[in-house]
Amino acid sequence: MNKSSGVAYRVPSGVTGATLAKDLRLEWRSKDALNSMLFFSLLVVVVFSFSFDPNAEESRQIAGGLVWVAFLFAAVVALNQTWARELRNHVLDAYRVSPAPANSLFLAKALGNFIFVAVLEILMTPLFIMFYKLRPLGPAWQLIPVAALGTWALVVNGTFFAAISLRTRSREIMLPLLLFPVSIPALLAMVNATTAILTGQLSARFWIVLLTTYDVVFTIACLLLFELVLNAE
Amino acid sequence: MKMKRIFPILALLTAVLLSFALYEALVAAPTEQTMGNVQRIFYYHVPSAWTAFLLFFINFVCSIQYLVRPNPVADKVTNWTVIAIGIATCIVAFVIRPLPEAMEPSSVATTGLAITGLYFLIKKYFSQSRTDALAVVSAEVGVVFCTVVLVTGPLWARPVWGIWWTWDVRLTSTLVLWLIYISYLMLRRFSTSGQTPVLAAVLAIFGALDVPLVYFSIWIFRTQHPQPVIGGGGSIDPRMLHVLLINWLAFLCFAALVCWSRYRLEILQRDVEETQALEALLEPRSSR
Amino acid sequence: MDASPIITLIAVVKHFGRFAALRGVSAEFASGRLYTILGDNGAGKTTLLRVLAGLAHPTSGGVSILGTTELRSVCQELGYMAHPSLLYDEMSGMENLRYFGHLYGIKDDSRCAANMTAVGLDAALTRPVAQYSQGMRQRLSLARALLNDPKLLLLDEPFSNVDGGSAREMVTLLCRMRSAGKTIFVVTHQTYLLEGVADEFVRMKAGQITNRTRELRPVETR
Repeated sequence: MNKSSGVAYRVPSGVTGATLAKDLRLEWRSKDALNSMLFFSLLVVVVFSFSFDPNAEESRQIAGGLVWVAFLFAAVVALNQTWARELRNHVLDAYRVSPAPANSLFLAKALGNFIFVAVLEILMTPLFIMFYKLRPLGPAWQLIPVAALGTWALVVNGTFFAAISLRTRSREIMLPLLLFPVSIPALLAMVNATTAILTGQLSARFWIVLLTTYDVVFTIACLLLFELVLNAE
Repeated sequence: MKMKRIFPILALLTAVLLSFALYEALVAAPTEQTMGNVQRIFYYHVPSAWTAFLLFFINFVCSIQYLVRPNPVADKVTNWTVIAIGIATCIVAFVIRPLPEAMEPSSVATTGLAITGLYFLIKKYFSQSRTDALAVVSAEVGVVFCTVVLVTGPLWARPVWGIWWTWDVRLTSTLVLWLIYISYLMLRRFSTSGQTPVLAAVLAIFGALDVPLVYFSIWIFRTQHPQPVIGGGGSIDPRMLHVLLINWLAFLCFAALVCWSRYRLEILQRDVEETQALEALLEPRSSR
Repeated sequence: MDASPIITLIAVVKHFGRFAALRGVSAEFASGRLYTILGDNGAGKTTLLRVLAGLAHPTSGGVSILGTTELRSVCQELGYMAHPSLLYDEMSGMENLRYFGHLYGIKDDSRCAANMTAVGLDAALTRPVAQYSQGMRQRLSLARALLNDPKLLLLDEPFSNVDGGSAREMVTLLCRMRSAGKTIFVVTHQTYLLEGVADEFVRMKAGQITNRTRELRPVETR
């Protein structure tokens, strides 16, 4: 919102792509985020499956909630990593003095996190199916849009709130405190949509519409407000 | 000082009003037929809820103003949006009328105009930096009243519904609202930024965007909560409504009084900090 | 040399909470010169550079650079080298420069390579920056600041941990850039390196500019 009127400088193009490529390359070299996320959600799957040992019918009822809570917690790990990388050697300052727009950075980070969490989901889904004996009774293809919309809902706000929590003490704890209350409707929609598809009793359409609304509303809000957050020292 | 003289008088008046409201609620109001005396908690529950929501709304308005006012274009856009909201609610209420049967068009229109009025009142009487102080104060006091709502609710629900809690639309959205404002206060406490007000205002806007989504997401489940008292069912005994409104007035006075003194404290704290900063500026200082 | 000032500061104050890092700095700086900023730790040198770079917003007072107070609009003309390296440790020198080039809309590798050579680094070096020596890292950091060919260079401790020979090379480079009409600010403790080179020595103490001289007085050399 701090756009100045009649700015003369040339806004460079392709910053989002370059930043995304850079983040993917850094992650490929260190694998910090992916490894810790994978191990974390693996633990969740094993521990819950072991302590509940549900039969096929029960797991249809609880799996939706379990899957998304596991992914939510794992996503927090990745989200904390994204900005920690920019804080090392104060690289974020180099971005801030450049003419590159703030929203390019935000979009690149959000897309990067989306890719990380999506990779995690793709790797974990077979395990979930195996441990929880899952076989959806509803239209299974609908799980794909639900997963995509749900993941975006988590990472778009997550990336934003991780940027806010950069400016706080004990930022790793601050992120879930800020993110979870705001994510409640998205989480509710994801869980209910997944359960509806798995049990096949109800239609997931309402929840998909709600998720889409959530995504659109908060993506716009993030893009409008990110510049303020980035420049709040 | 002005406040020193007026404050005790107002405090006394509020105390009198609160005790009168207590008498009305516990003694004068008729006993409800099915629920019995438990129903009387309603005279605390509902006014607290209204007060909390009003305070959270003030916080939202202040947060928006804190962010948009330094920027003339955004400020103008917001002004016209707020005016448009006021006009649109009037048009919707009286001309289009898509409202459920029980909702009074006049009460809907009044709400719309009150929103617009409140926005411009705050804008007129609070400078941009003061809106942040007001935002802190309304969030803190709002959380207190919201806590009262969340405590009295289950106390009433247990004997009447037989359960402490249910994931009903009003209960859930109030709880989410409470959680959001707790995280708002946490952010303010833990922030190391020199621009905490900006971050807090951003979070408040996210919270405000979230509440309608929470509401709609649970709306499709049938709600267990009694219908809203005003503009909802309209089946309330006029004597009960009378007591309720007196209680709300007393609660509002109480909230206003607390807010006022807290606001003064906040302003004084900021003045002290500013003075100390100025002193640090003036006095000769050896390097750290 | 242009006579009109490239930078004007009017009573700039910067607070961090109750701590006043800058306490009313007013100054003008002409373009095409090399300024050295001296002062003890906590004198406000770094804060002054951050305010000029647009990274810190002054609590009060005005800053104008290249005739505008809207600092964001001149960021294209600004090179900033901070005390931390502002580099990604996991990437090689060229990868770093290529990325930062993108932020300025620079997309040809030859320019990045030329910058690396200019500061005395081999563009073909593939090891990640984490394995660089401190001196190499400083030079790469300088290359990053020079990438967009800025009119105004702000350098915070560019010579720290750099060996004498390389530091002199860096000074020669800075002199060349000044001859090309650039304005350069150097915050440093190794003032002897810039003795007889810098056009002006600006002394800061307790958040204020205390004096500005043409010569570094012998008393202050180490």
